[in-house]
Amino acid sequence: MSATTAGNLAARKRGNSQKSQRRWALWGSYAALTVFVIGFLTPPYYTLMTSLKTSAEIGAEKGNPWIAHHPTLANFWWLITYPNFQRYYLNSVIVTILVVAVSMVISVLAAFSLARMGFKGSKTLGTGVFLTYLIPQSLLFIPLFQIIGWLGLINSFWCLVIIYPTLAVPFCTWIMIGYFGSIPKELDEAALIDGAGYLQMLWQIFIPVAMPGIIAATIFAFTVSWGNFIYPLAYLYTSSQEVLTVGIVSDLIRGDVFEWGKIMAANLLASAPPIIIYAFLMDYYVAGLTAGATKG
Amino acid sequence: MADGSTGAVGVLGSGRPVAARPGGMQRFARRRSTIGFLLALPLILLIGGLVVYPAIYAVWLSLLNKQMTKFVGLANFRYLMQRDTFHLVIFQSCLFAITAVFFKALIGLILAHLMHNISGRSQRIWRGLLLVPWVIPEALSTLTWWWMFDPSYSSFNWILNQFGIASVPWLGVGWIARFCTILVNVWYGTPFFMIMYLAALKSVPDQLYEAASIDGASAWQKLRFVTLPMMRNIISITVLFSLIVTFGDFDIVRILTNGGPLDMTHVFATYAFQVGIQSGDIPLGAAVSLFMVPILAVGAFFILRGVTRRTQEMGA
Amino acid sequence: MAEVSCRKIFKVYDGGVQAVKGIDLEIADQEFVVLVGPSGCGKSTTLRMIAGLEEISDGEIWIGGDVVNDIPPRDRDIAMVFQNYALYPHMSVFDNMAFGLKLRKFPKDEIKRRVDEAARILDIHVLLERKPKALSGGQRQRVAMGRAIVRNPKVFLFDEPLSNLDAKLRVQMRTEIKKVHQTVRTTTVYVTHDQVEAMTLADRVVVMNQGLIEQVGPPQELYHNPATRFVAGFIGSPAMNFLPVRMEDVGGRPAVRINATTSLAVPDQRVARYAPFQGREMLLGVRPEHMFDYRDANQKPGFARIDAAVDVVEPMGMETLVHFFIDGTPVCARCEPSTAAAPGELLPLTVDLNNMHLMDPASGRVV
Repeated sequence: MSATTAGNLAARKRGNSQKSQRRWALWGSYAALTVFVIGFLTPPYYTLMTSLKTSAEIGAEKGNPWIAHHPTLANFWWLITYPNFQRYYLNSVIVTILVVAVSMVISVLAAFSLARMGFKGSKTLGTGVFLTYLIPQSLLFIPLFQIIGWLGLINSFWCLVIIYPTLAVPFCTWIMIGYFGSIPKELDEAALIDGAGYLQMLWQIFIPVAMPGIIAATIFAFTVSWGNFIYPLAYLYTSSQEVLTVGIVSDLIRGDVFEWGKIMAANLLASAPPIIIYAFLMDYYVAGLTAGATKG
Repeated sequence: MADGSTGAVGVLGSGRPVAARPGGMQRFARRRSTIGFLLALPLILLIGGLVVYPAIYAVWLSLLNKQMTKFVGLANFRYLMQRDTFHLVIFQSCLFAITAVFFKALIGLILAHLMHNISGRSQRIWRGLLLVPWVIPEALSTLTWWWMFDPSYSSFNWILNQFGIASVPWLGVGWIARFCTILVNVWYGTPFFMIMYLAALKSVPDQLYEAASIDGASAWQKLRFVTLPMMRNIISITVLFSLIVTFGDFDIVRILTNGGPLDMTHVFATYAFQVGIQSGDIPLGAAVSLFMVPILAVGAFFILRGVTRRTQEMGA
Repeated sequence: MAEVSCRKIFKVYDGGVQAVKGIDLEIADQEFVVLVGPSGCGKSTTLRMIAGLEEISDGEIWIGGDVVNDIPPRDRDIAMVFQNYALYPHMSVFDNMAFGLKLRKFPKDEIKRRVDEAARILDIHVLLERKPKALSGGQRQRVAMGRAIVRNPKVFLFDEPLSNLDAKLRVQMRTEIKKVHQTVRTTTVYVTHDQVEAMTLADRVVVMNQGLIEQVGPPQELYHNPATRFVAGFIGSPAMNFLPVRMEDVGGRPAVRINATTSLAVPDQRVARYAPFQGREMLLGVRPEHMFDYRDANQKPGFARIDAAVDVVEPMGMETLVHFFIDGTPVCARCEPSTAAAPGELLPLTVDLNNMHLMDPASGRVV
C-alpha cells in the first residue's frame, strides 16, 4: 500500500516536472519569438512612423526618430492627389491584372496538359519548366532589352505585360501540376464516361477541385508582377509609363532632395495590396508553396 | 431482347460491319495528345520566345564588341577576367549568397522549431507577423532600410548614440556596407525558410518522436537523429534554391549602395546592369550575366536531383 | 439494355506487357457477370476496355449490337462505379448524380425526376444537398451507384466497388447491389478479387488468370465442377486441398496412392472416368468440407479413411478447422465443433471421394 503510494508520488512528481519542462519550453519559445517579431517588424514600423512626419520634423533631427511627435496624414494626402503617383498606381494595377490573367491561363492549360494529357516530350517539358523557374531575372534582362527594343516597347509598360509572365508562369505551372497530379485518375475517367470533353473536364472538375492551388498560383503571379524592380528600372523612363516600385524612387528623389516622409508613405501605399491579399489568403499560398517541396 | 437467364446471346450478324477497324481508339488517343500539345503550346511559345531564345541570344551578344558591329570572340570575357573590379564582383556575389543563405537557413530553422513548439491557433498569428518582411515587395522594403542606414539621419545611429556609441557609417565603408546588404537579405528571406521548414517539421510523423522517446532519446538527440535526417532533403532543396535566387539578387544592392563604396558591394546583377544598361556596353553586360551560368547550373543540377529523389521516396 | 460481347480481345501495354491475351465472352442482356481473379489477371483491364478507358490492342468489343472499339467512353452509353467512388468533391450529391445528364443537355425537370428516382431506389434522399466529404463510405458508394443509375445506360461497369469498405459494410452493400440489379435489371459487368463477392452476386462468374479466362459458369457450377486446378483452388474458402498422388490399379479398379501406407479406391461412378490414367502421377483435390472427423460421420460408399497428426486447430463456432500435414503437404479439414482433435494427436479422417477432383499436373486441367 505504502509502496504503491510512493510509486504514485514519484510518478506524479515526474509528471509534474515533465509538465513544467514543457511549460518552460513554451514560454521560452514565446519569448524568443517576440524578440524575432520585434526585429522583423522594425522596418515596417519605421516606415509607418516616418510616413506620419513632415519634412520639417524629419529635417529638424531632434528627439527620438522612432516616434512621430506630431503625426500627420499630410504625406498620404499629398500622394493621393499627386497625378504622377496616381499614374504609377494605375499602371501597376493594369500591368498586374493583365499579367496575372495571362499567366494563369497559360499555366493552368499547360499544367493540365502536363499532369494529365501527356504528349511526346511532355516529360522533358515538365523538367524544362522547372529549370526555367531557376533562371534568375538578372540573367536575361540584357538580351531582353534588345528584344523589347525590336518590338518597339522600350519605355512602354506593355513590355512588362509581355515579360512578367516568364517569371510567373514556370512556378505557377509547377504548383498547378502538383495540385492537378494529386487529383485521382478515376475522377477524369468518371468525367469522361459522364460525357465531358477535355476542356469541360478542366473547367468543371479540375479547376474547382484544385481551387486552393489556383489561389496560390494567382498570389504568386501577383507578387511577382507587383514587386518586380529590375525590368521597369531597365526598360521604362518616363513617368507616364512608370510603375510603383521604380516610380517612387525616381519621382520622389530629385538629386540630393529626399522627401523621406512622402517616400515612406508611398512605400506603405504600394505595399498595402500585397499585405491585404496575404492577410486573407496566406494559408493557401503557404500550402501551395510548401506542397511543392514536401510532396516532391 | 433476351431475358437475363443464362448463356450467351449471339449478336453476330447484327450491328455495323467491321470496317473502320484500325484507328478509332488510336485516333482517340492521338487526339488526346494533340489536345495536350495544343494546351501546352502557349507555355512552349512563352518559354521558347522569352527565355530560351534570349538566353541563346545573350551568348551571341557577349561575343560582340561594344557597338555590336563586330564579332570579337571571347574578348569580353577575357577583358572581364583581367579587371580587379570583376574579381571583386565574383567574390562579393559568392560572399553575399553564401553568407545570407547560411543565416537565412539557420534562423529559419530556429524559428520553425520555435513555431512548432507553440499551439495551432496562436501559431497562425505569429506566423503572419513573421512573414511580413517577405510579403512586402523587396524593392520597397529596401527603401526603408536605406532610410534607416541614412548617413545623417540613421535611426540605428540614434539608438547607438543613446548608449554613448559613436555613429556608424553604415553604407559608407566597404565591409560594413557588405554586412548591411547581407543583413537586409537575411531579413527579407528568412520567413521563406521558416515556412518551408515548418511544413517539413509538421510532416514528420509523431510516432517517430514517440518511438525515439521510448528508446530514451533526449531532445537534442531527437533533433539530431530524427528531425534533421527527416528534413534533410527539404533543407537541401530550400538551401540550393535560395542560393540561386540570392545569387541573382538585384534589388537590395542596387537600392542600398548601387555597388559602392568603391565597388565593394557590387554583385553580378548590379554590375551587369551598370555595365550593360547604364554604360551602354550591352555585350559586356551580357558577358557579366553569363558568368553566373556555371554556378547556377551546378545548383540547378543538385536541386533537380534532390526533387526527383524526393519524389521517388514519396512514391515508394 | 444491351448485350456485351468480347471477341478475341487483347491488351498489350506500351512496355510489351500482355495484360489480356485473347478473351471471348458473351454477356446476355440483363445478365450480371462477375470477373474474378487474382490481382494482375487482366480483369480490370478487360473492364476498362469495355468502358473505353483503355485502347483495345486487338479484337472487338460489341455493346448492344455495335462495335465500340472506335467509340470514346462518353458515347458508349455505359456507366461505371469506381473503387474509390470518384465522386466530384466540389459538387453536392445531387450535382454529382446530375453531372452526366447536364453534360448531355437533359431538361432540368427530367434531371430532377431521374435523380429523385435513383435516390429513392438507393434511399439517399436526405443526402442530396451534402458534399461527398460529409458522407460515410457506404453512403459514397450509394451515390456512386446513383450516378450510374440516373444515366439509365446500356451497361453498368463496377471496378472493385466494395474494396474500400470495411468487412461488415461490404456484406451489406453486396446485398444492396444485388437488390438494385433486381430492380433496374441493367446488364452488369462487375470486377472483384473476392471470390465470395463473385459467388454471391453473379449470374455467371468469369474466373480469369494471367490474361486468360479459366472458366465461365454459374457460381454452383464453378464450385462443384471446376475445370482447372486454378479455378478449383480459387473458388471456395478455405481453399481446396491438393495432394500429389499416383494412380494405381488395385484389383482391376483405379485407386489413388497418397503415400507408402495409404491408397484410396475411387468410388464406383468414377471408375470409368479415371481408368485411363492408370500409373500416372496426378493431383488429388478435396475441399476441406469433404474431409471430416472419422468418428463424427456415418460411413457411406465412397468414403475413405486417412490418419493424420493434427498441427493446428481453429474453432470457428459453427465448425472447427483442423490443419495437418500429409507427407509435407498442408491439408485442412472441416470438422464438427465438437471434434476431439487436439494438436499433436493422431486424428482419423474421412475423405469423401464422391466429391474428389483429379487433375493432370502438367496441364492443370481437371479430368
